[in-house]
Amino acid sequence: MPTATDATLETWASQEYKYGFVTDIETDSLPPGLDEDVIAVISAKKGEPEWMLQWRLKSYRHWLKMTEPTWQNVHYPPIDYQSIIYYSAPKQDKDRPQSLDEVDPKLLETYEKLGIPLHEQEALAGVAVDAVFDSVSVATTFKAKLAELGIIFCSFSEAVQEHPDLVKKYLGTVVPYSDNFFATLNSAVFTDGSFAYIPKGVRCPMELSTYFRINALSTGQFERTLIIADEGSYVSYLEGCTAPMRDENQLHAAVVELIALDDATIKYSTIQNWYPGDKDGKGGIFNFVTKRGKCQGRNSHISWTQVETGAAITWKYPGCILLGDNSVGEFYSIALTNNHQQADTGTKMIHIGKNTTSNVVSKGISAGFGQNTYRGMIKINKGADRARNFTQCDSLLIGDKCGAHTFPYIEVKNSTARMEHEATTSKIGEDQMFYLNQRGISTEDAVSMIVNGFCKEVFRELPMEFAVEAQRLLEVSLEGSVG
Amino acid sequence: MLEIRNLHASVEGHEILKGVNLTVTAGELHSIMGPNGSGKSTLAQVLAGRDTYEVTQGEVLYEGRNLLEMDPDERARAGVFMAFQYPVEIPGVNTAYFLRAALNSIRKHRGLEELDAADFLDWVKDKMKLVDMDERLLNRSINEGFSGGEKKRGEILQMAVLEPKLAIMDETDSGLDIDALKIVAKGVNTLRSADRAIIVITHYQRILDYIVPDFVHVLVDGRIVRSGGKELALELEEKGYAGMEQKNAATEPVAS
Repeated sequence: MPTATDATLETWASQEYKYGFVTDIETDSLPPGLDEDVIAVISAKKGEPEWMLQWRLKSYRHWLKMTEPTWQNVHYPPIDYQSIIYYSAPKQDKDRPQSLDEVDPKLLETYEKLGIPLHEQEALAGVAVDAVFDSVSVATTFKAKLAELGIIFCSFSEAVQEHPDLVKKYLGTVVPYSDNFFATLNSAVFTDGSFAYIPKGVRCPMELSTYFRINALSTGQFERTLIIADEGSYVSYLEGCTAPMRDENQLHAAVVELIALDDATIKYSTIQNWYPGDKDGKGGIFNFVTKRGKCQGRNSHISWTQVETGAAITWKYPGCILLGDNSVGEFYSIALTNNHQQADTGTKMIHIGKNTTSNVVSKGISAGFGQNTYRGMIKINKGADRARNFTQCDSLLIGDKCGAHTFPYIEVKNSTARMEHEATTSKIGEDQMFYLNQRGISTEDAVSMIVNGFCKEVFRELPMEFAVEAQRLLEVSLEGSVG
Repeated sequence: MLEIRNLHASVEGHEILKGVNLTVTAGELHSIMGPNGSGKSTLAQVLAGRDTYEVTQGEVLYEGRNLLEMDPDERARAGVFMAFQYPVEIPGVNTAYFLRAALNSIRKHRGLEELDAADFLDWVKDKMKLVDMDERLLNRSINEGFSGGEKKRGEILQMAVLEPKLAIMDETDSGLDIDALKIVAKGVNTLRSADRAIIVITHYQRILDYIVPDFVHVLVDGRIVRSGGKELALELEEKGYAGMEQKNAATEPVAS
């Protein structure tokens, strides 16, 4: 029997997506379709050196031999890879704007509307932003200020031109071109993304961030991010993403590679708010992403934090290869699926070095018809003496039409390893709701209070400025659900 | 303030309240006593608006309004408070944050200014002394890891903070040792006032040694079978509920 609470929860879940607008801007786009010529054109448009083109072609040829994975617990109609536009960029007078003053005002306005002002004097203090619009980076803020410390923060395209040695040295060393179907496709057709290098001993004084925006119709976004933290350095990096509301699905297949050398720390946070589709499950972004970090040096530390509230389908397992002795890998995740959203997400922690530690905290929230899967692999290799892992995996169900699934994979080849796995599944309790209601708290506020409480351990990991944003996003994404 | 007329309520088709009549005026403290399964907690839950119970007949007026038409949070904002028999744990939700949100929603409803975090802390610290509670509990998650006694004292604390007009205490005394019982009783006695009505639901006479009621009602099998002054509780202690039932059958006609 549906109760009053159910009804409120349902209206609360059917909340509108407020980033769904389209920017009307002239674009330079390739026709849909993919072959070696298209890849050559992308490479030429970016003025890439020959080695880069060859890497793309090698990836493409490998991709042709691969088949799309089907093991994940998500369902979607087949993707026609020939109907996707692989390059779309806002038209500009010059090849690339040299400074913010030269960026098309329409683009600045778009980011303004998204709450990401790109004028440095107005920008969020303490956050440097690389703004990626469809296939290209349109602006990067605070570059000069960071350069004073030797920090390189620029678009990936620029890095290929200006810092080819670093790119050549590290590209594909964490996620090889042959890694998986979507990563290999990305390796062939990636168009832009962010690049960061933090030199030895430098603590990056501000948050680095990339804001991804899909705008053009039928376009796939394939960005690539590469972050290298040299010995003893520290960087905190954040990415955010949104897209217009459209009835068709759009593909976003990104690759992120992180490398931490001796004593270096990388904190990587994601607030993913791609268009999730409408309440009937029409439209939305397919977010098929490969993210991996390599703790290459001794005592290195990589921490992933993600808040995944958007996208029709999310498929990603940000992981860590714990190669250096005493290295630490962390994964903190909140994945919310409402309406008809699906998520199959989790992490992979590969322990190779001695005394390596990994911590995994995953919070899955399902509402409406949402299906939420946690899939995590913890692998302890033979030489990983005294490796430790702690995994906590909690699911919260709102309503009775959604689902939560957990697939932990544990592979231990060293008898000194210590593993802990805790998992819980709970429904937002009628008792909890009634208790809060009885104290005068409305049903909407009660749900967000309970959900925020459930996610607290993960929010704590986010940089301050974004923790608030993430909480608000969660509330908005849940509006109209209830249990 | 509260008028319950011929209230019938059932859960999953099973009738639990079979025609309860009760009038409570501001300033009064009523005690409802009854054996297990007599419907005491059901009555409390129905008054607070729990939707697992279906009201099949009768009406409840609260300050002249139809209470049964109001949502639970609306009732709370209008001044109805229930101290839970089993206070629930809500992981990750800070007690101070929750209490401030609750207080502010009620203050807003009463046209009062909302309190900021600092003002709230002053407000709540005073009240904590009343129930002898450690301030550190404010920084913990709601009821999480609280002992049974702490949970019950927490309920009285919430009552003190939210300043209800009508407070219903659902077996707050159950499971308390004598020291905790005295603290709870002290809290309740402090909160007695001319513009507040309190209903103390209990299984045992014991708490009434410390909280002296104006009226005592005996609830048996979904009906109030006897009402009287504080001496009724003592009589009950002596004769037990069985004696009450017999008396009822002998003196009152059975409602059709």
